[in-house]
Amino acid sequence: MIEIRSVTRSYGTFKALDDATLTIREGEFFSLLGPSGCGKTTLLRMIAGFDDPTSGAILVDGQPMDGIPANRRPTNMVFQSYAIFPHLNVEQNVAYGLKRLRALAQVSLVGLGKRGATELSGGQRQRVALARALVMRPKVLLLDEPLSALDKKLREQMQVELRRLQQAVGITFVLVTHDQYEALALSDRIAVMFGGRIAQVASPKEIYQRPANRQVADFLGGMNFMKGSVVEANGATITLDTPGFCRVRTDRPAGFSGNGHATLGIRPERLRVLWDDARASHEISGKVVERHYFGEITHLVVDVPGFEKPLSVTETNDFGADDLPIGAAIRLGYDPDALVAMAD
Amino acid sequence: MTAVAEASASPRSGRGHRRPLLQSERAQGLALISPTLLYALVLLVAPIAVVITYSFWSQDYLTVDRTFTLDQYRIALTEPIYRDLLLRSLWVSLLVSFFTVSLAYPIAYYISFHGGRHKSLWLFLITIPFWTSYLLRVMSWKVILGYNGVLNSGLMGLGIIDEPSTALLYNTSAVVITLTHAWAAFAILPIFVSLEKVDRTLVEAAKDLGDGPIRSFLRVTLPLSLPGVISAILIVMIPTVGDYVTPKLVGGKDGVMIATAIETQFKRGANWPLGAALSVITMIVVTLMAASIVLIIRQAGRRIR
Ligand SMILES: Nc1ncnc2c1ncn2[C@@H]1O[C@H](COP(=O)(O)OP(=O)(O)O)[C@@H](O)[C@H]1O
Ligand SMILES: [Mg+2]
Repeated sequence: MIEIRSVTRSYGTFKALDDATLTIREGEFFSLLGPSGCGKTTLLRMIAGFDDPTSGAILVDGQPMDGIPANRRPTNMVFQSYAIFPHLNVEQNVAYGLKRLRALAQVSLVGLGKRGATELSGGQRQRVALARALVMRPKVLLLDEPLSALDKKLREQMQVELRRLQQAVGITFVLVTHDQYEALALSDRIAVMFGGRIAQVASPKEIYQRPANRQVADFLGGMNFMKGSVVEANGATITLDTPGFCRVRTDRPAGFSGNGHATLGIRPERLRVLWDDARASHEISGKVVERHYFGEITHLVVDVPGFEKPLSVTETNDFGADDLPIGAAIRLGYDPDALVAMAD
Repeated sequence: MTAVAEASASPRSGRGHRRPLLQSERAQGLALISPTLLYALVLLVAPIAVVITYSFWSQDYLTVDRTFTLDQYRIALTEPIYRDLLLRSLWVSLLVSFFTVSLAYPIAYYISFHGGRHKSLWLFLITIPFWTSYLLRVMSWKVILGYNGVLNSGLMGLGIIDEPSTALLYNTSAVVITLTHAWAAFAILPIFVSLEKVDRTLVEAAKDLGDGPIRSFLRVTLPLSLPGVISAILIVMIPTVGDYVTPKLVGGKDGVMIATAIETQFKRGANWPLGAALSVITMIVVTLMAASIVLIIRQAGRRIR
């Protein structure tokens, strides 16, 4: 549906986007995820036609977009600021691109038609922007952080609505966001970007469970990192020894050179506290050094002999993790499959 | 002084607390603006009051008769000469504001949208001609438009005309040309400011929704910059109606405007009440014209959508 082929966008010597290549499939909810300033908007604006690549090509629906102005591309955009026309009312805003009026019903704006654009709440502005783009029946809807201006509650509600809307209209959505939970919850696939480069393109589950490198792992939720020494590397798998964990065999990370060391990671929620005489096939033990209460979960920092850094553990409060005293000796169980090897 | 005393003495109790404080704030505000207010009263309201008062009197040679009469208004409105002069003044000011704004808009647009990092430099350059005296600039138009002027020599040199044209100077067009040039910067600045305020993503949104460059300009940029256009028109039009120097210097017999007639009444004609009545009528008509132009432009802006 959309093909980005080695696209670079330079401002002087600075590359806002550096040799990006990716394919977005038809009907897919695709997210561009990354910290602020990593080039997400730059890429989205080039797809929309507001900016041109310094080099490389963008194809939409098989058509090269080179030289085609924004008004003749099969894409529509929901701007980060929503860009609601202040001199028009809701109806005129929504119908801006149409020759004739159509319904405002799809995004629940009924009854707001004659209201001035300046009298709308954040959520309503977002809906107007969405409706205005959707009535154009684009093949691709581009959304630049459409929810970042809303408060948490409304944002979560709009995330659900956005996902439903995408399934209802069935067109390709390309969402720009810096919120990893938003990307994980909404997307079919995610491209994670850092400093103008695309680090990984995969499904949310894969990105979370098999991050391509340390940066990706770190950006999407917490991760305990450690160095593992390579015992054996053959074909698609490598075997590693770690200071505290057992010997593990995992998928060989992309870009792994061969011998020596590799980085291993385990998510804090994949380590679980073993209460009383509960046992697990793989265990390590340590001392609680910090405890942070988050309502439904508690975040523990556990010092385990042999590790350079204490481990982060998130634990539900069902069994009293919120009452564990500092200094308590605990045992942690883990599943060797939860350990991932990655490039640095 | 009383205002300050009142503020510090305000009681601290519940509801009663609010009003004295507010009142005293207002009093303080008044105290702050009072020098300006006084100045404005003395220099603006008082002369206008004097002019209005005079317009209801009459004068016979050097004696002013202070009995109330509407005679001056009758004369001012029925004498064809005054009506024609007033109409011509309005027409000239209308033409001048039209041409000035039409020329100023593209310049302001260019600076705002394509000025890049040099916007302030461009604006600075535009003000340079205004460092010289207004009279000098009018005089230089005389040099350009005159019988042996730059324009005539140029046109003759190119063989477009055989002998110098007299149609360039001492007529209404000369007045319009000179005034248009004189007021250019005053029109460029407000239009520039309102164009600067147009959110560029709105223009992108218009393009995203299918508008080409011209349609997005007409539907988004122009309506959103109308406040600047309106101020520019008012800034140019209102003073132009009463302009007196330019018609005198480049207007000749054809270019005489109402201000000249008013001047004559106050000086050689020695009929202050008639001059006053003409001034009052001019003020009223200008106000009406300005208001209707604002309304018309607003309506037109609404129509474009
Ligand atoms: N017009 C521009 N001129 C210079 N640098 C720019 C311009 N637009 C964006 N950049 C830079 O490019 C980088 C990527 O910007 P952007 O795509 O907006 O990031 P984000 O991922 O936050 O949307 C940023 O470092 C930004 O400063
Ligand atoms: Mg951005």
